[in-house]
Amino acid sequence: MHTVVSPCAAVEMIPPLIVHEAIERGINLIAITDHNSSANIAAVQKAALGTELTVLPGMELQTREEVHVLCLFDTLEQIETWQAEVDARLPDIQNNVDYFGEQFVLDESGEFIRREARLLITSANLTLKESVECVNRLGGLVIPAHVNRRAFSLIANLGFVPPDLPLEVLEISRHLSPQAACDTFHQLKNYALIQSGDVHRLKEFMGANVFRLAGPGIAEIKKALLNQAGRSSTIRSFSN
Amino acid sequence: MTLQDIIDQLDLKLLTDQRDFDQMTPSSGYASDLLSCVMAGARNRGIWITLQAHSNVVAIGALLELSAIIISEGATPDLDTIAKANEEGVTLLVTDKPTFYVAGKLWELGLRAV
Repeated sequence: MHTVVSPCAAVEMIPPLIVHEAIERGINLIAITDHNSSANIAAVQKAALGTELTVLPGMELQTREEVHVLCLFDTLEQIETWQAEVDARLPDIQNNVDYFGEQFVLDESGEFIRREARLLITSANLTLKESVECVNRLGGLVIPAHVNRRAFSLIANLGFVPPDLPLEVLEISRHLSPQAACDTFHQLKNYALIQSGDVHRLKEFMGANVFRLAGPGIAEIKKALLNQAGRSSTIRSFSN
Repeated sequence: MTLQDIIDQLDLKLLTDQRDFDQMTPSSGYASDLLSCVMAGARNRGIWITLQAHSNVVAIGALLELSAIIISEGATPDLDTIAKANEEGVTLLVTDKPTFYVAGKLWELGLRAV
């Protein structure tokens, strides 16, 4: 999900409210995935300290092909290394607040720390292949985001899932069932799927993915998505 | 107008193997960077202009039996992509010029949309 450092996120997407909303809904695992940014992850993790909620570090990267991919990690150190790669490849364009919206970096209580000056919703000069290789090398997990959508998606932009890429998991958006997604895009049957809300507002929390894990973490989630070693994952049907 | 005329007039750089371009007459032109649209919209033996340099462009070139793919704005496919294009018999041409310029020049030379 997004926080207020993503210019498209609602103002309510601040650390304490994100944690509160997740707990209210019985969700105990989220990943913070702002556009090309990891700036608010530590704050959400701190806001969740002492609760049942685990907050994984992540990013919604926009690749050179304008494909959105979720990059998930276990630790802040990993994502900081990844962020450095992304920062070096982001164009030096300033955010236009009137047009794109504010990019706020906050502390765990939601207090303002700074504005991110650089425009985040743009493509990093990293190819999809380079991104997958780098995230995998760092021990992370790449999940192409909302692959069924008509824009900024792997299938819209590149026509189909490149078979030579080491991808095992794809994300579908909130707008259709996994079965409908597979019926429309037959290639999806060859991949494990998650369904997420691309959450930009508190009311958009879904909690659709149910994992059976020994503990929260990337290795366990991978096993669950591939139904290995007694771990499992299912997508809960819901109406929204 | 042959593909060789187009390569000469637009000063395109050939990345893949030389073929009988003076025997090939492209059917039409198409420009898009959304490959899902290209699969539905480009025509057999056409020329497709894109700034995407991902290896999936080769698969689409082969699927549609395109005369050539012109990769614009200086985007450069990697060596694996070029090798794959040669295996599939897909011709890749590159230019530093933007897509609009390439499309305009092709129109001037008499190539038309689908």
